[in-house]
Amino acid sequence: MMELLQILQQAGQNLFGSAWLPIWTLVKIMAIILPILGAVAYLTLAERKVIGYMQIRIGPNRVGPFGLLQPIADGMKLFFKEIIVPTGSSKFLFVLAPIMALAPALAAWAVVPFNDKMALADLNAGLLYLLAMTSLGVYGIIIAGWASNSKYAFLGAVRSAAQIVSYEIAMGFALVCVLMASQSMNLGDIVHGQHGRFGMLNWYLLPLFPMFLVYLISGVAETNRAPFDMAEGESEIVAGFHVEYSGMTFALFFLAEYANMILIAFLTSIMFLGGWLSPVPFLPDSFVWLLGKVSFILLLFLWFRATFPRYRYDQLMRLGWKVFIPITIIWVVVVAAWMQTPYWMW
Amino acid sequence: MEKIKNFFKTFLLYELVKGMALTGRYFFARKITVQYPEEKTPQSFRFRGLHAQRRYANGEERCIGCKLCEAVCPALAIKIEIAEREDGTRRTTQYDIDLTKCIFCGFCEESCPVDAIVETRVFEYHGEKRGDLYYTKPMLLAMGDKHEGQIAKDRALDAKYR
Amino acid sequence: MNFETIVFYVFAALTVFAALRVITARNPVHAALFLVLAFCSMAGIWMLLEAEFLAISLVLVYVGAVMVLFLFVVMMLEINLAQVREGFWRWLPFGAVLAGLMVFEMVWVLDSSRTSGGPIKHAADYSNTKELGRLIYTDYVYPFEIAAVILLVAMVAAIALTSRRRKDAKSQVIPEQVAVKKADRLRLVKMSSDNHAQQKLDSTAEVAQ
Repeated sequence: MMELLQILQQAGQNLFGSAWLPIWTLVKIMAIILPILGAVAYLTLAERKVIGYMQIRIGPNRVGPFGLLQPIADGMKLFFKEIIVPTGSSKFLFVLAPIMALAPALAAWAVVPFNDKMALADLNAGLLYLLAMTSLGVYGIIIAGWASNSKYAFLGAVRSAAQIVSYEIAMGFALVCVLMASQSMNLGDIVHGQHGRFGMLNWYLLPLFPMFLVYLISGVAETNRAPFDMAEGESEIVAGFHVEYSGMTFALFFLAEYANMILIAFLTSIMFLGGWLSPVPFLPDSFVWLLGKVSFILLLFLWFRATFPRYRYDQLMRLGWKVFIPITIIWVVVVAAWMQTPYWMW
Repeated sequence: MEKIKNFFKTFLLYELVKGMALTGRYFFARKITVQYPEEKTPQSFRFRGLHAQRRYANGEERCIGCKLCEAVCPALAIKIEIAEREDGTRRTTQYDIDLTKCIFCGFCEESCPVDAIVETRVFEYHGEKRGDLYYTKPMLLAMGDKHEGQIAKDRALDAKYR
Repeated sequence: MNFETIVFYVFAALTVFAALRVITARNPVHAALFLVLAFCSMAGIWMLLEAEFLAISLVLVYVGAVMVLFLFVVMMLEINLAQVREGFWRWLPFGAVLAGLMVFEMVWVLDSSRTSGGPIKHAADYSNTKELGRLIYTDYVYPFEIAAVILLVAMVAAIALTSRRRKDAKSQVIPEQVAVKKADRLRLVKMSSDNHAQQKLDSTAEVAQ
């Protein structure tokens, strides 16, 4: 594998000269983005299947065997649908909004490490970059809500803005605990920090368990997923910020939401579940472990949606400000004190 | 003690986990989906589907144009015009049901003194144009002729409850 | 002209353009969005200066949080532009003097003959974040802490000024609601199913009590 890559590098170097570096980077970006888009497509199918099974239905099963071609059919449908721009909307922003939603969701993947050596950019401030990128995603929603010139869309946007800003704080503090434990903001180093003789017991899941819960729940809230899907709230405000969107513009919002879900799942497994490290010491570390952990977190996302009713808005705010933020601040202090004692073994 | 127990229950999300365990169990439960075009749910003999007008065994239409069904119809879906036929009997010249208005309550069937208007078990029908679901007398009679066997059987089954 | 210079000029041009549009855009929401663009391109320039921590925190704090709240407010306001423009000519001289002063200050500070002439290039493993942390918590620890306390005071003051408890406001006490047990709310009553009239009597008697 490594030799093959080296041969490819050589050939590229000879063929393109100095233009090879950008081309190679582009290839690497494609190698990340395309599987993500594929995963997004099949995550939608998985969602419908899992939720269907939990509601003792069987979910889509008509298009292809077990409904496996369903996402492709859905994609085709959305692709050929007309994009309707409402009158009185601000056209440029209306079209820009879905792009603003998707771009940060994909840009954040630049620093996500998949393996010991596989990461597009091995950034020192990787964690900070991730926080910045995930906080940018809210612009797509706000702009969409405002540019649509529609009450429901606007309400959705306002709800989402308040929600994302409040949960970001809790999320940030949870990550502060992680970077205190690992003493690094580089995601690769964070995973290495969880390496040890005891496998699973060396993961940050154990000392930072409350933070794991807070991060996971805030992640659900950040991605506007049920039970925190106030921004969409189809039973209250129709479809929230994307009422007026159709066809490809709608598809982009959809892609952004699911890409964000996968991203949060990757981050949770990297920061709390030891990334690609194996849970037991006698098995080798590999990318497969990471995939397994990510799949489990994604299953949790779907499971939440199948189980919990939507939060009421004031309770959502209460949970964010009055429960999560105090808990995270307390745990920052606890971890800081704990790390000074000899009982800290992570 | 109770307080401490509650504290841990709240912060370990005990109730949420319980809820998820429930949905988790149902994940493995036997699925109850009916694969519609291939499988169908059993129908009652009282099923209220598409309307039909019946005839007597000698081929005479049952309807006497009493307009009870038109009067009772809560959706105002029935329109009836009557005239005297050559043999002196009272008959409808027009008997229309607008199925886009009809709510399939079955009142017309209940009110009919001669069991002329009935609702059949047919529910798989459609219209391709505007007006396709506006059923006129010949269409209703044709429905009756086509499904008379089933209709008669269903009436017989229901007879003892009336 | 190397690649870095090109990037710098692109970002610089974007910043200037966006900043100009912030004050010329007629729609306040557009103005706020241009301010976001200005922040982002500014972050790009800081990134070129190897100040990645500052660049990312600019995006994280200003773009990700402050501007969101800003937009939040601006979107809900109905601003009468004519009223806002009313005193334009009257205040112009004052504004011009201020602007001139600021330009002078900036040039004074940034004049390259007085400063060391651009940042020093560092190796790839140089961490701006670490360096910044070291400085803040060693050389500048007192100014840093004082700034933090001032911000905290401002926060407490803002909360104290705005939070007054209305007497007629109704709110939930969630811990109490959570603590409720089945036994507190629900009473199971044994009834014989045949004696219907007696049951009715019993239940009305209970209500009366």
